[in-house]
Amino acid sequence: MKELLDMFLTFARIGGFTFGGGYAMLPMLQKEVVNGRHWATDEELMDYYAIGQCTPGIIAVNTATFVGYKNRGIPGAIAATLGVIAPSLVIIMIIAAFISNFIELSFVSSAFAGIRACVCVLIGSAVVKLAKKSLVDKGAIAIAAVVFVLSLFTSVSPALLVVVAGAIGIVLKGGKGEKK
Amino acid sequence: MMLMLELCFRFFCCGLFAIGGGLATLPFLYNISKETGWYSFSDISNMIAVSESTPGPMGVNMATYVGFHIKGILGGLAAPLSLVLPSVIIIVIISKILDKFKSSAIVQNALYGLRAASTALIAAAGIGVAKIAFLHVGEDGSLAFSELFSIINWKAIVLALAIWYGLVKWKKHPILYIVVAAVAGIVFQFH
Repeated sequence: MKELLDMFLTFARIGGFTFGGGYAMLPMLQKEVVNGRHWATDEELMDYYAIGQCTPGIIAVNTATFVGYKNRGIPGAIAATLGVIAPSLVIIMIIAAFISNFIELSFVSSAFAGIRACVCVLIGSAVVKLAKKSLVDKGAIAIAAVVFVLSLFTSVSPALLVVVAGAIGIVLKGGKGEKK
Repeated sequence: MMLMLELCFRFFCCGLFAIGGGLATLPFLYNISKETGWYSFSDISNMIAVSESTPGPMGVNMATYVGFHIKGILGGLAAPLSLVLPSVIIIVIISKILDKFKSSAIVQNALYGLRAASTALIAAAGIGVAKIAFLHVGEDGSLAFSELFSIINWKAIVLALAIWYGLVKWKKHPILYIVVAAVAGIVFQFH
């Protein structure tokens, strides 16, 4: 029970400070879930993100469910998922009920302009850490480069990119996959 | 009661079929608006603005906003919970399968490709945020080179460099840097 509560609170903290979509959650996940609690490894986070891209639902929620389930089964999945969405529910309902001109408040938009600059830096440093573990050889670097360019300059769906990258991985490494 | 059930059902479908992040829920929200008249299209743009300027996953924020709008606190709880329910079920099933086949060479090789793709997608998303953070671009994203100097948001770049320095030097919790950046944004009147 205490561990489930810890899981709920950890994910609530992450959800409460995730600004700008699921990807912005990554630096926080690395700090709390990988380095702090050892609930997952960097590699597993990447798997969860990739799988979250091509399954229904929101990536932040999918990642929370994955981490929760892996460590504490179904109760863990529920605790982590409820945790990551709880701050949103409270904050949005308060804004909807009391602050009709929320987006026109000038300090809100100023704060967010600052937060966006910070989120770029945090995502950048998270990517550097991930790249060291995911771009293990020339094949992986090539896959990443193609996906990066396609995702920046075309409107190809990320889900499709992930599925194709997985298939290429199987083809490239086909013969020499070593069993662990 | 019927309204409540319909609300849950519609957001359950939205969660079941929206693949790939918060913005993927948008077409579904437009559809709900058209079919039920619960809210107007201009309400949707309002919701997007609020969802983007509050913490948390955007899809969850939008569902809460819509649910609360229609049915008060109960709606605000029911809509997001219905939205996440399908993905919780699906992820639990995938987790089970993944655990079972984790040692197979095919899964390992697929994950090798997936991890590379995942890293690239996150990097691309970071660049998307950077464009908004560091450039004053028009709604259509257009920019002319003659104005290049004036469209660069110098304050944001200085802040980003400071944060980067702080991050490398002290390696504190990301929340700390976010709070510092928000305060800096207010104090130095970022826009």
